[in-house]
Amino acid sequence: MEKQLLLGDEAIARAAIDAGISGVYAYPGTPSTEITEYIQHYSKAENKNIASKWATNEKTAMEEALGMSYVGKRALCCMKHVGMNVAADAFVNSAMTGVRGGLVVLAADDPSMHSSQNEQDSRFYGEFAMIPMCEPSNQQEAYDMTRYAFDLSEKFSIPVLLRITTRLAHSRAGVERKEEREQNSLSLPENSSNFILLPALARKRYKDLLNAQKDYEKSSLDSIYNIYLEGSDKSKGIIASGIAFNYLMENFPNGINYPILKISQYPLPTELFKKITEECDEVIVMEEGAPFIEQQLRGLLDNCLNIKGRIDGTLPRDGELNPDIVAKALGFSNQEGSQIPELVTPRPPAMCQGCGHIDMYNALTEVARKYANHRVFGDIGCYTLGALPPYRAIHSCVDMGASITMAKGASDGGLWPAIAVIGDSTFTHSGMTGLLDCVNSKSNVTIVISDNETTGMTGGQDSAGTGKIEEIVKGLGVEPDHIRVFEPLKKNMELMKQIIDEEINYNGVSVIIPRRECIQTLKRKKK
Amino acid sequence: MKADIILAGVGGQGILSIAAVLGQAALADSLYLKQAEVHGMSQRGGDVQSNLRLSSSPIFSDLIPKGKADLIISLEPMEALRYLPWLSETGAIVTNSQPFINIASYPEMSEIEKEYSKIPNKVVIDAEAIAKEETGTIRTANMVILGAAAPFIDIEFSKIESAVRSIFERKGEEIVEMNIKALHAGYNKARK
Repeated sequence: MEKQLLLGDEAIARAAIDAGISGVYAYPGTPSTEITEYIQHYSKAENKNIASKWATNEKTAMEEALGMSYVGKRALCCMKHVGMNVAADAFVNSAMTGVRGGLVVLAADDPSMHSSQNEQDSRFYGEFAMIPMCEPSNQQEAYDMTRYAFDLSEKFSIPVLLRITTRLAHSRAGVERKEEREQNSLSLPENSSNFILLPALARKRYKDLLNAQKDYEKSSLDSIYNIYLEGSDKSKGIIASGIAFNYLMENFPNGINYPILKISQYPLPTELFKKITEECDEVIVMEEGAPFIEQQLRGLLDNCLNIKGRIDGTLPRDGELNPDIVAKALGFSNQEGSQIPELVTPRPPAMCQGCGHIDMYNALTEVARKYANHRVFGDIGCYTLGALPPYRAIHSCVDMGASITMAKGASDGGLWPAIAVIGDSTFTHSGMTGLLDCVNSKSNVTIVISDNETTGMTGGQDSAGTGKIEEIVKGLGVEPDHIRVFEPLKKNMELMKQIIDEEINYNGVSVIIPRRECIQTLKRKKK
Repeated sequence: MKADIILAGVGGQGILSIAAVLGQAALADSLYLKQAEVHGMSQRGGDVQSNLRLSSSPIFSDLIPKGKADLIISLEPMEALRYLPWLSETGAIVTNSQPFINIASYPEMSEIEKEYSKIPNKVVIDAEAIAKEETGTIRTANMVILGAAAPFIDIEFSKIESAVRSIFERKGEEIVEMNIKALHAGYNKARK
């Protein structure tokens, strides 16, 4: 077949369709969003019956994927790395139940935090849940290993974690497709006991999972994606996982004489690590993200091997790798171009001109300024950019939904005014339960749900609560008199300020809903 | 053949269209290609870049090593300078001269011009004025810049032209013609 130019994300999406999935379940999150978008687009264009509507959050997505697998069909569940925290309960327990139809969980990590609040490494989750993991090193492998991961999942009746990082997700290359495969047909388990994790049954399942570990490791050892390249110069051996392998090879355009162990499948095949550490004087471990492999090799006592990597400082402990960092670790000298002239200033991202969040912040900060001790707890979305000048409007940004609950905790501790700012999509993702806590405690909090009727930061995906926010808020028990809706526009500034001030001074739960469509999605509709 | 190119600009300026055209042309030329893009937060008016690597032999890294870029193509004069550490000694800059000012601390243009006087291989053109004159809109400025960069890339100009055609095809013949015209205007300007 002819090669197609695909992003790593698109290669995974294409492979999932070709592997015969019946559903993709995801909440948008950079750098994973394009996978689901691709499947939504092409399953429609190609008349494929694939469930692909955005989920409310990563946990609902993971559980829906497990349900699809329960009836014998294949499902892909995608998320960014911090989404794994949200999905963790379902994810870890899906390793206990096992699966029927192939179930692949895609985690897109974001080392260097291009669009994230931390750079946690999802491989720890895979190890924690004790399931096999795949970590492709390029776009073709992303395609091939997605199909492979579904096969592995069905072979072992276990979910498989597919781990990528930003550079692979958002980089294009030519990819060759395989033949398409039919979807599985509906089938029900004769005995559901695997899926009923009552303690007595779960204890049995856990033993099964423990016993399966050696099979997973054997599969890694035999994997065509874990490669041992022999080398004659044994003064050094190099272990490279995922895309670190590319940066390594980039530095040896004329071939390499050191033994190389390329890792793209986990759990780690001990035998290959024994071989490279025994035959080489020293071993450098290169991996994108945390020193996951290196830490296991060193062990707690760290006294038996000559291991170099991110822990001893041969490579930096944080941030993504690149060919220059890897060159330095290999002792090659960089021939940099000239320095960046001093006049070049940073150009940070900003809210778009004409954005409704801006009008909301202008009103909010002007009112809040009257109250010396006010604090505004922010959340995750475009409006997080309200932390930057000229607004400097928020005092925290931690995780999805934390605005409402941190405001409640601070209010419990005596803070007034305690204000939360959250977007509509983040509210339905993880804000609703916190709002119920506020209602049940009759907390003195002012909650702004800045509603732009979309999931904006990730490019304008459907938002689960569009058209329903007031009903949800009312249903959770907020008094109708203290649910205030307005259109955030310059001409409404006085009204907006008045409403905000009134609700700050109401001793109870207030919800203010400034609502105006995202100007980016509006622009797209007009085209 | 090898071309390591850094595309620079501000989110929304259209560097990804340039990348798409060159990618298409490279595929048609049976070249290997890797192209790393910036998606997500930075696209909101921040500085954006794309690493585009073309080669007649397989490419490993998605990112260009420092000092190895053959070309910086930029839609904004200050943004091109941000990537000087990546430019090789023999490399060139092709840039739009018109600044995109969405930050308070944007430097004086005279200071930027002073920096450009130190760079030996460069084409600095007012892509917006050329686009406006040739096609009646500044929206084709990115194709003017691509045209100006074409003499620095070892792909036949006619192949780049067909790639423009195929990338803009679904937007209609009028849009295709405008972009082709802009491409030629940039090409002719750079060759002068």
